[in-house]
Amino acid sequence: MTATTPMLTVENLGKSFRGLRAVNQVAFTVPRGDIVALIGPNGAGKTTTFNLIAGALPPSDGRVVLDGEDVTGLGQAAICRAGVGRTFQIVKPFAGLTVEENVMVGALRHDNGDVEKARAASRAILDLLELGDRAKDPAQTLTLPDRKRLEVAKALATRPKLLLLDEVMAGLRPVECDRMVAILTGLNKETGLTILLIEHVMRAVMALSHHVVVLHHGEKIAEGTPAEVTSHPKVLECYLGEDHG
Amino acid sequence: MTALLQDRRAVLLLGLLAILALAPLAAGDYMLSILITVLLQAYLGMSWNVMMGFAGQFSLGHALYVGLGAYAGGALFVHYGTPPWIGAFAGMAVSAAVGAVIGTLGFRFKVMGVYFALLTIAFAEFTRVLFDHWGWVGASSGLFLPPAANNSPDNLWLLRGSTTMFYYVALAMTAAAFWFCRALLMRRIGYYWQAIREDQDAADALGIDVFRNKMIAVLISAAMTSLGGVFLAFFNNNLYPESIFSMHRSIELMLGTIIGGIGTLFGPILGAVVLTALGEGLTILGAHIGIDGVKQIAYGICLMLILVLKPGGLWPWLRKLLRLEGDAR
Amino acid sequence: MDATFFMNVISAGLLTGLVYGLMALGLSVIFGVMRVVNFAHGDMMVVAMYAAFLLYTKLGIEPVPALPLVAGGLFVVGYLLQRFLINHFLGVTEHIQFLLLLSVAMIITNVVLMVFGPDARNIQLDASFESYSLGFLVLDKVRVIAAFTAGGVAALLWAFFRYTTTGTAIRACADNPVGARVVGLNVEKLYAITFGIGTACVGAAGCLLLLLVDVHPHLSSDYTLLGFIIVILGGLGSLGGALLGGILVGLSEALSGVLIAPSLKSMFSFGLLILVLLLRPQGILGKKP
Repeated sequence: MTATTPMLTVENLGKSFRGLRAVNQVAFTVPRGDIVALIGPNGAGKTTTFNLIAGALPPSDGRVVLDGEDVTGLGQAAICRAGVGRTFQIVKPFAGLTVEENVMVGALRHDNGDVEKARAASRAILDLLELGDRAKDPAQTLTLPDRKRLEVAKALATRPKLLLLDEVMAGLRPVECDRMVAILTGLNKETGLTILLIEHVMRAVMALSHHVVVLHHGEKIAEGTPAEVTSHPKVLECYLGEDHG
Repeated sequence: MTALLQDRRAVLLLGLLAILALAPLAAGDYMLSILITVLLQAYLGMSWNVMMGFAGQFSLGHALYVGLGAYAGGALFVHYGTPPWIGAFAGMAVSAAVGAVIGTLGFRFKVMGVYFALLTIAFAEFTRVLFDHWGWVGASSGLFLPPAANNSPDNLWLLRGSTTMFYYVALAMTAAAFWFCRALLMRRIGYYWQAIREDQDAADALGIDVFRNKMIAVLISAAMTSLGGVFLAFFNNNLYPESIFSMHRSIELMLGTIIGGIGTLFGPILGAVVLTALGEGLTILGAHIGIDGVKQIAYGICLMLILVLKPGGLWPWLRKLLRLEGDAR
Repeated sequence: MDATFFMNVISAGLLTGLVYGLMALGLSVIFGVMRVVNFAHGDMMVVAMYAAFLLYTKLGIEPVPALPLVAGGLFVVGYLLQRFLINHFLGVTEHIQFLLLLSVAMIITNVVLMVFGPDARNIQLDASFESYSLGFLVLDKVRVIAAFTAGGVAALLWAFFRYTTTGTAIRACADNPVGARVVGLNVEKLYAITFGIGTACVGAAGCLLLLLVDVHPHLSSDYTLLGFIIVILGGLGSLGGALLGGILVGLSEALSGVLIAPSLKSMFSFGLLILVLLLRPQGILGKKP
């Protein structure tokens, strides 16, 4: 793959649920090393689009190309192995395991399943996300903001080329939100990690993303730099009357 | 600090093993046979625990694998004089194959939770009725293993001999199973199983091959369980489909593990001790009172009390009491 | 074996199946509303059969008139059981619930065993020896009575869920317990009533089945399994499904009993169960989850 191959290309992606069109003809690319945000009002089809990319749902039509490789309909585990790490909007910690073990599960696919190496990797990621001091606690004791961070940690542990973040800022206080933005920006700068995120917190979107794609009623209505989309007439139209403004 | 805590566990474990190894010096045959019951219950509980406790797949039909192992070992011995340790391979292979069928059907068709449990019962009951009508294994009138001649020396290879010999075999099997489970839990597959148990979808999203890892759990659990069945056949010398494949056996088999602490390493052992002690104690009590059903009723009440008071099992609670913290298992 | 014989076997299986269906209905109602799998179901069935047995032998009340008494009694048992025990276990994992109901079952079976001993009991009514002739069909009178009464009880239950406020409230709880709580329904009480209704169904079915078979304490686990097979076949939580499942199992038992061997009849039921679990896990009449 050359440096110019986009990390992710989504072509005419569509999904119907019993005749209901949740996502329709959505197409965009995520260039290598970029941070791209997917925004839109509630019910715009953002999470469905995510699930289609991550393989949690099979698309009704269209293609998903990861780093030049067609991964359409491969299934979540296979797409993860191909290099996509994802978080869940409704967090899914392994409640009975410790925080450290949660992250180890993601890391164990590497280094021939060496448990001690996975533990070390887990500690490094937890330290990065400022969860290091909770490492030995059961995941079920974490607060929601910490669970959001744990989601990111688990996804990072799989060593993804592309990180999919589904509303990881929701419920975070402004200070915590800024910390998360700093961490993600740092990762992107230092390791060149490509990130695609769904976000409602506009200050995070503005601070993080190089490029923004706007969905409404399952269709892409605009894309561009953060400044461009926020002044785009169609975007303003769909957000007016909603409370997101 | 962690090393010290680890040591305390190891010390406890080795101490227990030493006491058990020396037990035949002090205990009579009756006591030994009770201890064999405890060990076998612990062994079978650990086998079930691999599938349910570690990987979270609820099997309510594990008597199926006990029966397959028992009949494979027993029938080959009766008909061809095959030594049990060879017969055990056949039993384990058959059990693993049947487990593979149930697992493939259940997991591929997405039969989950209670429904999966019912699927396992259905297979066990189906097999029970099948064996009830299969002449080669004695059908419903049973299969009998020729007992060893009186005063003949212990024959470990053919598993014919004294209670003491059976006791040591049971002890070795239980200790090996404990070590094996511990090794599984500390490896990658152990972490994968627990992740699948806690949240299958999240495990899938981390790139884990959920189907494959669940299948491995079923195969290992089935094979381990059937080895217990072989032992049971040679210890009891008689086999009836009605009792060996019964749902009561499936229930009994998992009871100790749930009481002791599901998904833990010590749980099945502790549960086996508690349940057997309770059973024996209540038998004595029942004999004093002179009414037959009292034992079972009291057993049911005790079970209910444990569930109400310690739904997570006794071991997690006892571990805290003994300050053996550090590792959650 | 001629056609007439088969028609008779089939109609007998069909009629018995309706009684099975009523038994399974109880299981289905409890699961449908609370997601609790009642592993003590068969034990309650046996209790009901013994209660009907006692009422007849001691007081001379025949099983059909005794039905409201037994059903009422079991309603109270179910209500209290849910209120004071099972309610604390609603959120917990399946295996713990399973074990809890198993311990309930263990206690019930052994109390029954203590009181009545292990021997089989049955009752003989005048009607037991009578039959109806419809052309070439010969139907046992008690079987017809049992089947029609079972159908009647099921219809009452349907009307209850359909037309009464309590019935509607229970359906609301089943659909959305949180929502039901939000609009001010007393979910605990409704759950207790539901459990009571479930056990009352078993009570009614027990009275009727006593007309057809002998009772002994160790029947309990057979009936529990039978109940599961039926509701899975028909679809858990579906009233019509439970009756349909009951009829199918009644038919398969009757037919495999005469065609192959009576001792093999349960194998066919289990085979049927496996097929349905794999091919249509929601049951024949069940809705897709």
